[in-house]
Amino acid sequence: MLTIVNDVSLDIAAGESVAIIGTSGAGKSTLLALLAGLDTPSSGRITLAGADLTSLDEDGRARLRAERVGFVFQSFHLVPSLTALENVMLPLELAGRRDAREGALDTLRRVGLEHRTGHYPRQLSGGEQQRVAIARAFVTRPAVLFADEPTGNLDTHTGDRIVSLLFDLNAQSNTTLVLVTHDRGVAGRCGRVLQMDSGELKQGLA
Amino acid sequence: MNALTIALRTLLREWRSGELGVLVLAITVAVAALTGVGFLVDRIGIAVDNQAGEVLAADLRLESPQPIDNAAVDEAKRRGLRTASQTGMFSVVFNGDDSQLTAIRAVSAEYPLRGKVLLSNEPFGVGTVVHGNPARGEVWPDSRLAAALNAGVGTQLSIGARQFRVSRILISRPDQGATFVDLAPALLMNEADIDATQLIQPGSRLTRSRLFAGERADVQSFEEWLKEHKKDSERLLDVDETAPQIKNAIDRSGRFLSLASLVAVLLCAIAVAMAARRYVQRHLDSVALMKTLGATRAFTLTVSLTQLVMVGLLAAILGSLLGFGAQVWLVVALKGLLKGDLPAPGLAPLGIGFLTAIAVLGGFALPPLLQLSRTPALRVLRRDIGPPPPLVILAFGPAVIAIVFLIYWVLRDLAVFIGFVVGLAAFVLVVAGAGWLLVKLTNRFRGRVGVSWRYGIANLGRRRTESVVQLTAFAHGLMMLLLLAVVRNDLLNDWRRSLPADTPNFFFINIPPDEHENFGRFLAERGAERARALPMVRARMTHINGKAIDDMKFDSPRAKEFATRDQNITWAEQLGSDNVITDGHWFTKDEYGKPLVSVSSEYMSELKLRIGDQLQFDVSGETRTATISSARKVKWDSFQPNFFLMFSPGLLEGSQGTWMTAAHLEAKDPKTIADLVRRFPSVSVFNVDELLTQVRSIIDKALAAVQSVFLFTLLAGLVVLIAAVQASREERRYESAMLRTLGANRSTVLKGLLAEFASLGVLSGFLAAAGASIAGVFIANRVLQIPYTPDPLVWVYGLAGGGLLVCFAGWLATRSVVNQPPVLTLRSG
Repeated sequence: MLTIVNDVSLDIAAGESVAIIGTSGAGKSTLLALLAGLDTPSSGRITLAGADLTSLDEDGRARLRAERVGFVFQSFHLVPSLTALENVMLPLELAGRRDAREGALDTLRRVGLEHRTGHYPRQLSGGEQQRVAIARAFVTRPAVLFADEPTGNLDTHTGDRIVSLLFDLNAQSNTTLVLVTHDRGVAGRCGRVLQMDSGELKQGLA
Repeated sequence: MNALTIALRTLLREWRSGELGVLVLAITVAVAALTGVGFLVDRIGIAVDNQAGEVLAADLRLESPQPIDNAAVDEAKRRGLRTASQTGMFSVVFNGDDSQLTAIRAVSAEYPLRGKVLLSNEPFGVGTVVHGNPARGEVWPDSRLAAALNAGVGTQLSIGARQFRVSRILISRPDQGATFVDLAPALLMNEADIDATQLIQPGSRLTRSRLFAGERADVQSFEEWLKEHKKDSERLLDVDETAPQIKNAIDRSGRFLSLASLVAVLLCAIAVAMAARRYVQRHLDSVALMKTLGATRAFTLTVSLTQLVMVGLLAAILGSLLGFGAQVWLVVALKGLLKGDLPAPGLAPLGIGFLTAIAVLGGFALPPLLQLSRTPALRVLRRDIGPPPPLVILAFGPAVIAIVFLIYWVLRDLAVFIGFVVGLAAFVLVVAGAGWLLVKLTNRFRGRVGVSWRYGIANLGRRRTESVVQLTAFAHGLMMLLLLAVVRNDLLNDWRRSLPADTPNFFFINIPPDEHENFGRFLAERGAERARALPMVRARMTHINGKAIDDMKFDSPRAKEFATRDQNITWAEQLGSDNVITDGHWFTKDEYGKPLVSVSSEYMSELKLRIGDQLQFDVSGETRTATISSARKVKWDSFQPNFFLMFSPGLLEGSQGTWMTAAHLEAKDPKTIADLVRRFPSVSVFNVDELLTQVRSIIDKALAAVQSVFLFTLLAGLVVLIAAVQASREERRYESAMLRTLGANRSTVLKGLLAEFASLGVLSGFLAAAGASIAGVFIANRVLQIPYTPDPLVWVYGLAGGGLLVCFAGWLATRSVVNQPPVLTLRSG
């Protein structure tokens, strides 16, 4: 068996912002997947927002994600058949909320896309797509937001604006932010920086 | 390493990725659809060929409604030919109170001259060959008759004025119709007994035949002699003419079935194109890489072509096997309609199968593969570079050629080909257009539904082209099935309901002229509502405007049939309310006795006749010429006695004829009919309800075969669905993982997929039900001219059937998608 992440012990407090950096193949994304309950460890325990992820089944973890977790991905991962508004409504509806439309419109306004609600992902620029993705991540007011290389597919200028937006919203809603990045500039804006190396964690190297 | 080795080595891996499976499935269904019909037609064809020499039970047959004089028989004997005679008529046969309209064949001892009579001791038993005819006082009912009358060996049957003992059961006779069973069951009796039945009265409707057989050269020279010497009223049938006619009819039905299966083939071709496109998409990188490593275009092309050929070969074999199975099923569906056992099919339909596979692959899969081989090596550095765009003619040319080839090859008739292509294209355009609109409209509703439905409907809208193709495929198959299974029954029932309650349900022909008053009284005494009675005389048309019928060419088989068959003609002073004069005028009093004839509109249009045309007839050996003075539109479903040809009264009174009438008998009291037949033995009784039931059961069986073929269309629709799902599998996987990352549980994702397929199925069902209802209304208004309210059940079956079918198939095809772990979204990023 291949060991990808080994001997990692880590606490992230509510409201904290943490960056995970490291070289390609260091295990950053795997760690993120484990923290978010997208994957399960072969041994060890993970607790997310008070719930033991390792004791939940697939659907139990999905429910927890719907209620407490938001995601931003490097390649945006919007659902191509749904409009910007519908994409942002999606997590609210999955959490069973009745005010999905209003909530989604409000959040799109906060990311400055109120004029693009009826557009499909392919009709939006990369920066706009990532703003929709950020709106989708924040719309449920999640306890924890996971971001995987959120600027990786964007040019520097757009990337800077996206990161500012991300941190602004994070500050406004007091969300815990866990961010995987290559970019030390981005990492520097976080309260704590963790370095992954060959599946092992080194703290505090900013 | 050569291309062949690589092709073989990677075949297994390719198989797992799915498109080759779809290719095999599509080609298999296409081949099965065409070969299934091919095998069936082949078997029937062989049966016809095997019996070709026996369809007349002789080499030559001379038929006439009048007694045939002995000149022909004497001449035949002089030339060393063997002869036999047969008299055929319809009459009701009784076993106690059970009765059945029967084709009675009274034969001489020499019958049959060709072929064999098989008899058994029980209905539907194994027959043994018997020479000679039934002994006097004995009859051989066929299995159907025996079963209908509960008769067995030893039963006494009454025919006309006499009782006969059943001595054996007739299993088959050579002249019973080559392949398809006749409407009425049959019975053989001794020719010498016919007078005792009193069935034959002057003018009775019957067919007398003389049969001749011998050496081929003798028969040919005798045939020449007969043509010279036979009377106009006599009809000469020879094997060379009769067998090809039957074969032709079989060919036409076969072509119709092939046409129905062709739609399935075209749908499969679409699936092949979809699968081939995905194959190309997945191989762009590996082809570029192989070229970077030094592979030539020919090498990469050989690899994919080898795989294509192997897949095609496998599918053609599988399809042929499936087609063979389908054909067995078709034969079962046609059971009771096909006579006896069919011989095993030949291998010719296998050729059909392989040609279909080659045409579909060559037309729809080859062009994308040619494109694939043109992928530049540079793609390894720049992912956005694909193969150069093809010339339009190279991309679509082969497909068009393949389609045209397949359709033309099945039809072999330019006019029908053009009609089919134009009709199909118009139909597809209308259905596809309606489908496109429906998908668009449904998309508007997604703002008002829950997340699963929204996601499902959005998927339909995003892959709109694919959705419309699938929609069209399913709608087509479902519509045909609804039309054949539901609407047809409704129409038939509505038509029956549209008939007045006192519509005659019994027909009586062969009423002797001197008995016809008594016959009317007999019916009146038993409270029967009697329709008009009309005289009936047999005649043959010999000339139209002075030109001999024998020398004329006819545009349609129907026109030929109208001109050459034995005509039943009548005369009357009054015109029934079910007849409307459309041209000319009805006979006035001063026209009585003049040579004038009123002709039905069917005759007028088929034979291109006009008012004032001269028709010449042979009426019981006398030549009669009459001028057409009016054209009539006849409402045949009034079930009143009606004739195509009505002469002016006072012209034919001297001719030897009988009377016919119809009556409504309230209770189908078998005793009234039994009394009637005993009292008037020569009268032939036709029970309309029974006849309609028989016709209906035959139509039902024939349509069962057509329906089976349309099941292939539905199957092909499913293949298109699978191909489309296959082509979108990566997207679906990714989206499923995406939704689950956002917190959707398995059942939400599954509901979304099911919503998509349910929408697709329900929309197809909607289109199918709408189409079937419109067709039903059209047929009711234009063809049957009856009021018709579309059946709400059509919608229930269409919507539920479509929804469930597509949902189930879609679920089968995508269920693995639901299980995608969400972590995939991170990896694919």
